[in-house]
Amino acid sequence: MSELQVDAVVDTRGQNCPMPIMNSTRAMRQLEVGQVIKLMATDKGAKSDVPAWAESNGHEVIESDTQGEVLTFIVRKGED
Amino acid sequence: MTENPTDVTIDLRSDDSEGQQLPEIGLDESRVRQIVRETVQDTVKEEVQRAFAKDPAMKRGAIVASKGTLDWAYPPLILGNAAAAVGMETSIFFTFYGLNIIHKDHAKRLKMSAVGNPAMPMPVPGTMPDLITSLPGMIPFATKMMKSTFAEHNVASISELLSTAQEMGIRLIACQMTVDVFGFEQSDFIDGVEFGGAAAFMAQARKSHMTMFI
Repeated sequence: MSELQVDAVVDTRGQNCPMPIMNSTRAMRQLEVGQVIKLMATDKGAKSDVPAWAESNGHEVIESDTQGEVLTFIVRKGED
Repeated sequence: MTENPTDVTIDLRSDDSEGQQLPEIGLDESRVRQIVRETVQDTVKEEVQRAFAKDPAMKRGAIVASKGTLDWAYPPLILGNAAAAVGMETSIFFTFYGLNIIHKDHAKRLKMSAVGNPAMPMPVPGTMPDLITSLPGMIPFATKMMKSTFAEHNVASISELLSTAQEMGIRLIACQMTVDVFGFEQSDFIDGVEFGGAAAFMAQARKSHMTMFI
């Protein structure tokens, strides 16, 4: 995974549905369009939830990666 | 029928050009028709997609929460929060026993019973007969068990889901009729709860593609 400049890190490791996307939503509300979050999750559902959440909100999943149990997503805030 | 002057027949196939080459573009008629059909189909598809994207009902959801046990308190709050997270303007209507979920004492009021609930996982092999699960002390036991199981799995608490819902701008609406019938006061409910009737739900539901009764 490339060392992209991220504007916020959302660490939801240990949390379960729906908190990873709730905390991601909280983080995105603080950011401007075009800024980027790094989202970490151990909720297995995040694998499909994060792309669905991003698409619904017009965000772009730039990268996703799995290391052991930890899913990492780099998501760029889009215009709603 | 042909005598009737109001009957007008428009024949799109021009007898003159049928089957002939169109000299200007060098395409036969069937090819032209095919191109027109494809172009129209694509345009219509794009327009329909654009219309759907603009449809405000795509971004609205209305959920009814009617059950008042600890296990059934979760689905409306989890799905309501998720709806808000994917950008939907969401309302949850609490009616009948669902009022327990937004009661100030929800932590005490939301309980779990294993009676008639053979799907509930129990720390003993097999399914407990209702004769056992209906014994005194089983409801607090089952409630405690479910709370600890959920806590072990880091599932958010009902309080956390409620405060997140309010932070997300989800409207929590208590059914006024059942509030009255069950002898509650408006002050029994958590701050920020609105009160309304069935018509308040319908007013929101008719504008929402996503409605659920839980």
